[in-house]
Amino acid sequence: MTNTLDFFVLFLKSAVVAGTPLLFAIIGAIYNEKAGNLNLGIEGMMLLGAVAGFQAALSTQNPLASLLSACVFGALGALIYAFLTVTLRTNQVVTGLALTIFGSGMARFWGQNVMGQVLSESFSRYFRPLSFPFLAKIPILGPILSVFLEQDLFVYFGYAIAILSGIYLYNTRWGLNLRAVGGNTAAADASGINITLYKYVHILMGGALCGLGGAYLSVVFVPSWQENITAGRGWIAVALVIFTSWNPYKALWGALLFGGLDIVGFRIQSLNIPVNQYFLRMLPYLATLMVIIIGSIRKSSKHNPPKDLGNAYFREER
Amino acid sequence: MQIVNRSGTSTKQIILIRFIAILAAIVVSSIFIGFLGYNPFTVYQNMLKGSLGSTIRFRATLLEMIPLVVTSLGILIAFKMKFWNIGGEGQILMGAFAASFVALRIDGIPDFLMLPLIFLAGFLMGGLWALIPAYFKARFGANETIMTLMLNYIALQFITYLQFGPWRDPKAMGFPKIANFPDSALLPKLFGIHIGLIISILLVVVVTWFMRNTKKGFEIAVVGESFATARYAGMNVSQVILFAMLLSGGLCGITGVIQTSGVNKTLTMNISSGYGFSAIITTWLSGLKAPMVLLVSFLFAILLQGGSYIQSALQIPQSAADVLQGMILFCILGSEFFVRYKIRFRKKEHPNNGGVSP
Repeated sequence: MTNTLDFFVLFLKSAVVAGTPLLFAIIGAIYNEKAGNLNLGIEGMMLLGAVAGFQAALSTQNPLASLLSACVFGALGALIYAFLTVTLRTNQVVTGLALTIFGSGMARFWGQNVMGQVLSESFSRYFRPLSFPFLAKIPILGPILSVFLEQDLFVYFGYAIAILSGIYLYNTRWGLNLRAVGGNTAAADASGINITLYKYVHILMGGALCGLGGAYLSVVFVPSWQENITAGRGWIAVALVIFTSWNPYKALWGALLFGGLDIVGFRIQSLNIPVNQYFLRMLPYLATLMVIIIGSIRKSSKHNPPKDLGNAYFREER
Repeated sequence: MQIVNRSGTSTKQIILIRFIAILAAIVVSSIFIGFLGYNPFTVYQNMLKGSLGSTIRFRATLLEMIPLVVTSLGILIAFKMKFWNIGGEGQILMGAFAASFVALRIDGIPDFLMLPLIFLAGFLMGGLWALIPAYFKARFGANETIMTLMLNYIALQFITYLQFGPWRDPKAMGFPKIANFPDSALLPKLFGIHIGLIISILLVVVVTWFMRNTKKGFEIAVVGESFATARYAGMNVSQVILFAMLLSGGLCGITGVIQTSGVNKTLTMNISSGYGFSAIITTWLSGLKAPMVLLVSFLFAILLQGGSYIQSALQIPQSAADVLQGMILFCILGSEFFVRYKIRFRKKEHPNNGGVSP
């Protein structure tokens, strides 16, 4: 009995870890989409952040420098996207794809000389999971709490970002304005909101968060450099935005669920249960496909995307 | 400063703007190359030498161009409908899978039927793979971008499974590879290049004709403009989407057939090698015009082949070429703004005229 419980606690703990890059990316994508921009460059910005964070970690051995550089490079990718889609009003889908192509090329290029290198012990200790031995003494509640609390500081940062983003979106004036920008750009413009500024700021914020998500992969989760380290997680995040109906609080659960799917194959194999490993590796993608399909079948008015999502706004074309 | 709509940009202006965009792309690329510590001119010279400098290299460039052309034609049909098919990779893989199934797993096919059959199988399988997202898009409005992309990963795992599992060639001495195609399933060569080149050029002609002169081609374009207009005109939008995606995925599937039968001689998990994504760029740069696909794909093939040449000649990693691709795409995307809008600089009004409007 305790063995099964231990197994589940361990499984959920690693699901939280595996879900953390997704969490950052989902929230980054939410900011983009709330500003009315469908950004398919999430994967590219994650890769930019992953390589920038890893390189900075390697050369400075400083965790803050690593996170900062991941933020900056994620946001730089977002800046290109924002300039093209907001100022030059290019097609958002194609521009996002271009950003992903650029980001993955950049990551491959910049990461080439550190391929397979592992971060030093002195750096990794900053991201060691906290431990609270007293939790083990509390029955039932203890193990559940330990799943979420016995994590590294980066994971805590993810919780904080999710909750702060929720408060920002639903309980502040800026958040209200932002939702207006994505929901009805023309009306927001008429009410005196600076559309361009709001779009730029939130697309850049989103990019910085995606960069952090990527950096979590390369700096904490793996933690060494490998090509295409995100393996489609950016795309899964784009799908999960729909799954979590553009809500940062729900993003916490979405990330946990898909973090679990990400590692379930690995766990099942360790139990020696004969399941096809290629099928297990397919699981997150299959599940994402299902999420999209089921989400589109049971559409409800409550969970609709921002109304002006994907529309380039030009005041004179109204 | 004020931004206004351009009404009816002339072809001459469009060409000029595109030319400036390419120039800008070259300037940005040169800065990047200079930043790497190389002389941009040496690099460009070597890229041209490596892609056009000899018959063998020119052939290699054409070999890069063929899959780009065929895949781009497939993507073009989808994009014309504003159906963002980024599942080219998966459709290529599944087309290659079907071709390999026919070539390797079915006995007793007469030699003269082999090639037509593998092309048919590849076309249908690629088309079917694209019909999955097309159906859910048409029926429920599900997001096709993510569906097509997820299907890429699923196809890739499937082919990897075949290569390392049931289809692994026992004669390959433990090396995880699938058996080679029989000779009857290999594309014949003409002037040292497999006939995929001819097929790709023929397909350009066919798709150009299809989009310009057929009712279905017209319907695809109308659905792309607006679902509402298409419905109002009495078109069956769902049917148009399904048909177009069968063609789109089918063409990508044919790329898979050409690459297995003409280049690799067997199925591998690397068969699509990024063509599904590169074709998105070439398609967009072609302005969704089939004849332009040929030109753009050729230029892009120079970039790819030249990129792999400078890796050996100048020790510049090939991924640098990937970065360049992204930069070029950004510049050309940005230039579309100037095709659609013009910027008017207004002079400051003279203070004496203040407030009095004529």
